[in-house]
Amino acid sequence: MKRFADLLELLALTPSRLRKLEALRRYFSEVPDPDRGIALAVLTGELDVRNVKPALLRDTVLAEVDQTLFALSYDYVGDLGETIALIWPHKAEGELPGLAELVDLLNHTSKADLPRVIGGLLSQAAIHERWALVKLATGSLRIGVSARLAKTALAEMSGIDLQEIEEVWHGLKPPYANLFAWLEGKADRPDIDHTARFHPLMLSNPIEDRDFEKLDPRDFSAEWKWDGIRVQLVMGSQGVSMFSRTGDEISASFPDVVESALGQAVLDGELLVGHDFDARSFNDLQQRLNRKVAQGKQMQELPAFVRVYDILFDGDEDVRALGWEARRARLEAWFAENPQTRLDLSEVLPFSSWDDLGKLRRQGADEHGHEGVMIKLRTAPYVPGRPKGNWYKWKRDPNVVDAVLMYAQRGHGKRSSYYSDYTFGVWKGNEIVPIGKAYFGFTDEELKQLDKWIRAHTTASFGPVREVKKELVFEVAFDSAQKSGRHKSGVALRFPRINRIRWDKPAQEAARLEDMDAFVG
Amino acid sequence: MGFLIDRDLYIPAIDAWIDPPDPRPRAIITHGHADHARSGHGAVLATPDTVEIMKVRYGEDCAGEFQKLEFGKPLDIDGTEVTFFPAGHILGSAQVLIEAKGQRVVVTGDYKRLPDRTAQPFEPVSCDLLVTEATFGLPVFQHPDPRDEIARLLKSVVAQPERSHLVGCYALGKAQRVIALLRDAGWDKPIYLHGAMIRLCELYQSLGVDLGELIPATGMPKPAMAGQIVIAPPSAIRDRWSRRFPDPVVCQASGWMSVKQRARQALVELPLVISDHCDWGELNTSILESTAETVWVTHGREDALVYWCRQQGLDAEPLALPGLDDDGGEGGE
Repeated sequence: MKRFADLLELLALTPSRLRKLEALRRYFSEVPDPDRGIALAVLTGELDVRNVKPALLRDTVLAEVDQTLFALSYDYVGDLGETIALIWPHKAEGELPGLAELVDLLNHTSKADLPRVIGGLLSQAAIHERWALVKLATGSLRIGVSARLAKTALAEMSGIDLQEIEEVWHGLKPPYANLFAWLEGKADRPDIDHTARFHPLMLSNPIEDRDFEKLDPRDFSAEWKWDGIRVQLVMGSQGVSMFSRTGDEISASFPDVVESALGQAVLDGELLVGHDFDARSFNDLQQRLNRKVAQGKQMQELPAFVRVYDILFDGDEDVRALGWEARRARLEAWFAENPQTRLDLSEVLPFSSWDDLGKLRRQGADEHGHEGVMIKLRTAPYVPGRPKGNWYKWKRDPNVVDAVLMYAQRGHGKRSSYYSDYTFGVWKGNEIVPIGKAYFGFTDEELKQLDKWIRAHTTASFGPVREVKKELVFEVAFDSAQKSGRHKSGVALRFPRINRIRWDKPAQEAARLEDMDAFVG
Repeated sequence: MGFLIDRDLYIPAIDAWIDPPDPRPRAIITHGHADHARSGHGAVLATPDTVEIMKVRYGEDCAGEFQKLEFGKPLDIDGTEVTFFPAGHILGSAQVLIEAKGQRVVVTGDYKRLPDRTAQPFEPVSCDLLVTEATFGLPVFQHPDPRDEIARLLKSVVAQPERSHLVGCYALGKAQRVIALLRDAGWDKPIYLHGAMIRLCELYQSLGVDLGELIPATGMPKPAMAGQIVIAPPSAIRDRWSRRFPDPVVCQASGWMSVKQRARQALVELPLVISDHCDWGELNTSILESTAETVWVTHGREDALVYWCRQQGLDAEPLALPGLDDDGGEGGE
């Protein structure tokens, strides 16, 4: 347990991704089964300690600590788990059992007995270990480590491709002994039923202007680029599951889709919300995404559907090796055989030249708010990852606005001594109100100049944040703007980045809040 | 019952203030940190070490006159006795005992009870009224053994020989204590100092605290600093000054570092829970040992400690002293 506690602390406090990976690699190669498998389950959010809930931990502590003192402490620390770890008042002899034994103990203790058992464990733990113990028991880590990072460490440790690991991942269960045996070359790749698992997605590259000369439009097909989230529907004999692009299962949030889908296949498409397949804004979709479990009212107001654009398995048959055109024919035939209420086919756009398609793209953006178009090689098989020359995205031109720098914050990792996170705003009457925050889009050299400017123009400091004189103008590029109750300006930008630093432009000439209305879709 | 001292820490019988934030004709100074010792007083009464610290920090003539008073030697001023007892916080730090008409009042200043060879060790003093600090006055603060924290630092230095370890410390007290802990743990290489640390380290050494070989960090070639330990003020370890070191590990030695969310917010990679204040348990012990029936609580999280005192049947109240940092560093230092 001590080893795991040290790992969690390092992961929580080390800003460098490379160092996190190194620590994970070392942990997974040095710690034996089944403890390492339990650690992997904790880090990927797959571990479920069913009976231990935050409320139970809190009650266990309140039996030992005065309620008022606990409340004052919680108020100060701000995090329930950490408050519990820090405040536990008893110390007992002995060492904590290993991770797997610990989880086993928690899962096999009766509810009535849990407070006593947890109290005993907290007393035996050193302070660092208490923190890890609480994190483990409640399953909420919040230490800035994604499941993907843990899997990346496994890939680096074994030399096996991350995609291969992701292919089998969803058919595996903690403590993953068969996975580790495979990674260490001691066993074959675990045999998984494809109808129950996620298959890594094929991704696109942005198209550059110079690419068009080399590409013959007759070799390509085009579709709208939809503004939803990419999903994979795995429809097998056991039922239907829906996964996000990173392989997280999101079926529980979208029962309206999952329960109404019929047939067997693995499909690739875009999750959207709207009535009668009329897609609404990403903002509306987000309301559904924010819910772990769907609510009836929301499902009525914002019904979800999937606009399907590819097929990976037709029934049981793996069709990924076929070219796009052949897969498209399969997909259309599959739809004809399996009528759907919450799945529809993505339309193929007719065009004969790149200019044609360019016109369509502009029109789609202006009239329907489409994000752009996808361009797919007709002969390309379905290959996971981002193979060059197969799929392209041609986004519509970004919107730009001239905004004034308001606050700057220190960055993380290599940038921690630089002010590299910028909040900017536009004029509302005589004041400037914030509309967004960006931390990329500039060169290292520009970062140094900005850092220097910020230090010389600071008017106030709040912890790591500096307020600056409202004098510097950024040309900010962004994909779209939305109404937002969270910002004082009432506007929020999607994917903002610094396009240019307008050292020359007076702040008085920056945009006004009224100008933003044109962008709000 | 009237006390010898009022809620502004003013002692009418001898017309003197304890740690006043504004210039006063007569001031008793518990220790040299800036939120307790200010310049510009008329006459200052303090321990010999504190007087030296004030002169180094603020200049020889930072007060009209200085009177040095040794620990444990009562000074009689018109029938009121003033005695200093070690507070264990930093070199020269004192608790002040005021005694007259059979009444004993102790003002702790800042204090701690864990061993520290750079400060005279804390002594409990019995009294009727105890004025205690409460910087870490919440039960979430349980300071670990500082030697274990130093062991974590040294382990990290060994494990990452290509990087510098920058340890953020306040210049007075914490820096010297961390250096002494490193020496006692067997680290005998030179320790490198930020410019702001140098004068006070020299003063400690001239007052008999052995800190080993110390070298200014500024001006050292970058590659030479791999595997070295650098002591710097917290404000410098994440700032431009740190760019001169190879891939620095940002460490910070402070009681606040036990709260991981705080360490993360401060971008600290290796938090070292080393505090020069009492933790919750030590505050509780000190209050009970003093046998005081009245407790005034100041400097920090007064609410919880006042609540706890009242639960013990003591007469307790918070003092809101002006000019004191409530939530910054360790009591502003």
